[in-house]
Amino acid sequence: MSKDSNFIFNQTPQVLQQKKYCRFKKHGIKYIDYKDKDFLLKFVNEQGRILPRRITGTSLKYQRKMSEAIKRARHLALLPFVADGLK
Amino acid sequence: MDKVLSLQPQNTISMNTKTYETVIILTPVLSEQQMQEAVAGYRGLITDNGGEIVHEENWGLTKLAYPIDKKGTGFYHLFEYKADSQFIKTMEIAFRRDERLMRYLTVKLDKWAIEFNQKKRNGELHGQKMQAAAKAAAKKKVELEDEDDE
Repeated sequence: MSKDSNFIFNQTPQVLQQKKYCRFKKHGIKYIDYKDKDFLLKFVNEQGRILPRRITGTSLKYQRKMSEAIKRARHLALLPFVADGLK
Repeated sequence: MDKVLSLQPQNTISMNTKTYETVIILTPVLSEQQMQEAVAGYRGLITDNGGEIVHEENWGLTKLAYPIDKKGTGFYHLFEYKADSQFIKTMEIAFRRDERLMRYLTVKLDKWAIEFNQKKRNGELHGQKMQAAAKAAAKKKVELEDEDDE
């Protein structure tokens, strides 16, 4: 199995080079502001749904805080629950 | 018995005083003056019940991301204050009774949040610094270009 995956990765070296990282851990951000909608927009897709960790690379701790912040913003009508063509 | 009674309330008050943040959305039907009156009413409610206002922000008439009560805009107002946890209940009852209020959100702030808000007020956040630097650079550029023209 490991040999196979190595083989696949060797064929596409870009996958290995661009390693994802948690931007909150990297920059030492401890609190995610639910009022900053421009920042929160980076973590939702065009329909306004929260992007999964496997795409953004956020660590679990900050993904939880992030989703909480987005849900608060939705309650205050800063972000839509559903949208079309948000970006 | 008297000792116990006199000690207990003091302890509970100091234990339960925390920093909270409340955002309220008022209907756009109100005039500017009525909106200010409503806000002043809640400011009074906080201070009368032993709360201490740390910070206030009025965002004015802001567009909503989706309609609430068939309205597309609302007056946003933010309070950051120190208050007893029991007070939140009484305040939220007042919010629910008030028809001028479309929506509210009360959040307990942890130490990181308090630090973040302080930095934001002082313009010390990384993003704000970057913006300020960019603005300063743009100004300098304009000045330099002006000098060149002369």
